[in-house]
Amino acid sequence: MKRLILLMLFLTVGLAARALAASPDEIIQKSQGAFFYPGGDFKARVMMKLISPGGQERVREMTMLRLNTGEAGGEQKYFMYFFQPAEVKDMTFMVFKYPAKDDDRWLFVPAINMVRRIAMQDKQASFVGSDFTYEDVSGRDLGDDVHELAREEVLNGKECFVVKSTPKADSAGYGSKLSWIDKASFLPLREEYHDHAGSTVRVFTADEVKEVKGFPTITKRTMKNLQSGHRTEVSYVSQDYNVGLEDSLFSERFLRQPPKKWID
Amino acid sequence: MLIPRPWRLAWLAASLLLNVEVCEAEFDLHGFVQGNYGLDTASSNPDGRDSKLAEERIQLKLEGNQGPLRFFVKTDLAWDHVDDQEDPELREGTIDYTAAAWDCRIGRQMVTWGLGDLVFINDVFPKDYEAFFSGQPLEYMKKGVDGVKAGLYPGFASLELIAIPLFTPNHFPDAKRFWLYDPMPGVSNRQTVEPGASLDNTEVAGRVYRDIAGFDASLYGYRGFFRQPAMQPDPAAAPTRLTLWYPALAVYGASLQGSALHGVISLEAGYYDSRDDREGDDPMIPNSQARFLVGYQRQFWEDFTVGLQYYGERMLDHGNYTATLPPGLPAEDRLHDLISVRLTQLLRHQTVKLSLFTFRGLASGDYLVNPEVKYNFTDQVWGALGANIFGGGETWSQFGQLDRNDNIYLQVRYEF
Repeated sequence: MKRLILLMLFLTVGLAARALAASPDEIIQKSQGAFFYPGGDFKARVMMKLISPGGQERVREMTMLRLNTGEAGGEQKYFMYFFQPAEVKDMTFMVFKYPAKDDDRWLFVPAINMVRRIAMQDKQASFVGSDFTYEDVSGRDLGDDVHELAREEVLNGKECFVVKSTPKADSAGYGSKLSWIDKASFLPLREEYHDHAGSTVRVFTADEVKEVKGFPTITKRTMKNLQSGHRTEVSYVSQDYNVGLEDSLFSERFLRQPPKKWID
Repeated sequence: MLIPRPWRLAWLAASLLLNVEVCEAEFDLHGFVQGNYGLDTASSNPDGRDSKLAEERIQLKLEGNQGPLRFFVKTDLAWDHVDDQEDPELREGTIDYTAAAWDCRIGRQMVTWGLGDLVFINDVFPKDYEAFFSGQPLEYMKKGVDGVKAGLYPGFASLELIAIPLFTPNHFPDAKRFWLYDPMPGVSNRQTVEPGASLDNTEVAGRVYRDIAGFDASLYGYRGFFRQPAMQPDPAAAPTRLTLWYPALAVYGASLQGSALHGVISLEAGYYDSRDDREGDDPMIPNSQARFLVGYQRQFWEDFTVGLQYYGERMLDHGNYTATLPPGLPAEDRLHDLISVRLTQLLRHQTVKLSLFTFRGLASGDYLVNPEVKYNFTDQVWGALGANIFGGGETWSQFGQLDRNDNIYLQVRYEF
């Protein structure tokens, strides 16, 4: 009898403990919500520095607008307007992101006043030549990876879940990813991309986190390619949530003539 | 003080720009300085020179905004060493007014419609083929139109309407710089007649577009003129004089573009109504045509994109055309079709661009090959080195007639 009670107690405590800890899938889902989906919409002036191993800098400056059209993890619309470099000034770029199928992408080329759809199915492709991929900018589908909780540890004074995500398909271009996810904000503070042999190829770090309208926001970040030594630093010059973006903004009309009030 | 005239002009322009900045509106000035040079590789020009292109160019882009008004000027000044002259050109000059559900743009403006990559069905607006064939940056293949454009956005669809009172023809390669097929080489007395500016001659173009099941769908209409001149020999039997003129044209078309087959599919078609030759029995005026395009673009791996096109022009009164064609003139086939392939690979953080574009006439057998390497030295400076290679087919075919015009070109630009 005593043994049975002990066993019961043991099982109950065990189950309770399991229930308290979030599953790795839930952690990643919450993290994506905090990282890519906060607010109904988002506007940021983004400064991107592409820095070569030799120290040569190239600058990409843009306004990025995001509208959530579905739930967290669901459909989104992105609109980007480029200020710099001069060669792409006034260029605009629009993405309709769908979780389960290829995104739709349009590009406006101001020199000839042309709007074109562009084929860019590879979400692992570099975003404007930087060390960030399209997926790093707009998120990866939750179901594309198997997630497991590797450990929990403190990083820069923050309690973190360390989650290992292994792509189900080979097409991901890397073997696995280790994410340090802040238990309080659910933002990724560090990510390491490993190749199939297990060595680290790219490292993401959140260098500055600020609270904006109640949403913890990474306002400075770096992606470093350890193989090439090339790195990209991104900082938000300004950022805001729930600014009232309308669905009609994400259209050919405004791709050709982006409204001043949204891009400045 | 002896300052060369172009620099005086540039100085004048700059001081004017600085003065307007004092106004209340917000102004923004950008532009570039560019060197653009070509070298003949097959034979010298008809005029004996070895280059179709040698110029330095300054472009200034000035933009101003005030409330719902925006104004924009893009102006070029080129120093052309082949003809030893200065070429000022207003590329664009517009005033925009934007309201919630409509807008309008007045002035010289660039309009690009349709889905073709260097083939045009519903893009009925002027082109500069000499710029393209001699190795200028691709944007110089498009020319602005002088007119008024209105945009209407009622929600269920978007609508663009353009009225163009001043006709602009296409610019074709200059006979001094390019070897071209000439059907009547003996007749040197030639004159060109452009449609005069009148209400009757005002070109009108319209486009309605919206999303249909995830595809971008457009309908187009145009009433105006061919931008390639027709030849009128005078007298017809033993001509001593040629009149180059622009026959009346109407175009009705449609296009569809969307994601499919892991890429982007483009479909476009147009009916070219040759209004001055409805029966098709005047061989000196283009026959009415059906034009169609199927395109597919796909990214096969990171930063490598392939674009394929099949494009065709089918004469609609080919029987009448061949029955009335005078002997001695080459007869065109009922169907003129071609394929194009564009390969693009970006490298080194997208600072290096390797591209290859080719046309190949299917029945005619002529071709154009345009390889190019472009490198962005810094965010401000880029250079491109490329070649235009023509050949194949009959001596009067689209690219076959350009056979002796092969060239390599260099473009270097500082952008600010």
